[in-house]
Amino acid sequence: MSSEISETTLLDLRGVLCPMNWVRIKLALEELPEGGTLDVILDDGEPMRNVPRSVKGEGHRILRVREQEDGTYRLTIRNGSI
Amino acid sequence: MSDDAPKMEALKAGLKHEARKLKLDFNQLKSGGFIKQTQKDLFTVRLRCPGGMLRPEQLQTAARIAEKYGRGQIHLSVRQSVEIPYVDYRHFDDVGKELAAVEWSVASCGPRIRVPTACAGCSYNPNGLTDTQALCAEVDRRFFGTETGHHKFKIAFSGCPIDCFRTREMDLGFQGMLEPELDEDLCNGCGLCVKGCEEDALVMEGELPRRDLDRCNFCGDCVKVCPVDAMLARRSGWLARVGGKHGKHPLFAYEVAQFLSEEQVCSLVEKTVDWYRENGEGRERIGVSIVRHGLGKYLEEVVKPLDLEAVEAPAARRRYWSGGNFYE
Repeated sequence: MSSEISETTLLDLRGVLCPMNWVRIKLALEELPEGGTLDVILDDGEPMRNVPRSVKGEGHRILRVREQEDGTYRLTIRNGSI
Repeated sequence: MSDDAPKMEALKAGLKHEARKLKLDFNQLKSGGFIKQTQKDLFTVRLRCPGGMLRPEQLQTAARIAEKYGRGQIHLSVRQSVEIPYVDYRHFDDVGKELAAVEWSVASCGPRIRVPTACAGCSYNPNGLTDTQALCAEVDRRFFGTETGHHKFKIAFSGCPIDCFRTREMDLGFQGMLEPELDEDLCNGCGLCVKGCEEDALVMEGELPRRDLDRCNFCGDCVKVCPVDAMLARRSGWLARVGGKHGKHPLFAYEVAQFLSEEQVCSLVEKTVDWYRENGEGRERIGVSIVRHGLGKYLEEVVKPLDLEAVEAPAARRRYWSGGNFYE
């Protein structure tokens, strides 16, 4: 998978509110090549409700969702924009 | 009050006279969107804006009319109409010509089907499930101004269960709905649909989400979030509500049919207004007629003959509201 060839960036968005968390993800994705991946850490609740839908809505792909020990979630996103 | 009666008569006669002089259709004047103001001779001109969607040249025309014939003010009504206050009735003819130049006209008042309202719907609102604007325009084209014989008749369209357009408070309200279906082979068990569901209608059971049919309000959020398109729309359409109103004695509408097509929505509008004309009394709204006759009669005589998917059991309606001050 692409995550094996390109280094994955990690964006810690704990404590970052909607929609700024999504804006930060967009900015980070813009820096990536097509197919590049990004890991983000999101709080449970509103961020987990809103952000994944925005990611899909703009043509990116969520490859993996992992719950972390502190109750937050780590998502791996593949840049799907052209 | 009785002192005002001769004054009103004189005003009506004067208006009729002026209307003839101005070649105005007096019936249109009464049925149309010219609303008498507190001030002598002055009216508010209410413009026909189905779904609140306007072209720039319409707005420019409204601005020009407000400056030339009003007092430079424009009011936005609660039902998405552009209104121009302080227009002297002697200028109705000029106002009509300006409106006709941009293929525009006034709205309606009185015991008629009013201009329908609508949100942006699925065309550009991320929550939207259905094309509210297209159906709103179609219903306006077909039914605007239809006489009810009793009282006003308001119709609204909301594209999703958030219901920004208050379909519960309308004589007829239509709300977008979507029934999800899981393709278990495609599902990777990520659980994002469970996180996205605000109704707690989805729970993970092993590796797969399971839907609680009694809780799902058909909002489609699980479909919109699914990263692998395993949660898909089995079907979508319109939820119909009837008998709502606000005013001095508000009523909360009943859900009566679900997953309607656009054509079924139009059939329901037509048949509901026919039923109201026949079963209403005096100046009551259809919600009052339904309370008086019982909802069963409306379902039997309107929903069933149209072969719609009826919502009959009170339990089936329970998912759509939360309670509040119902004085019961």
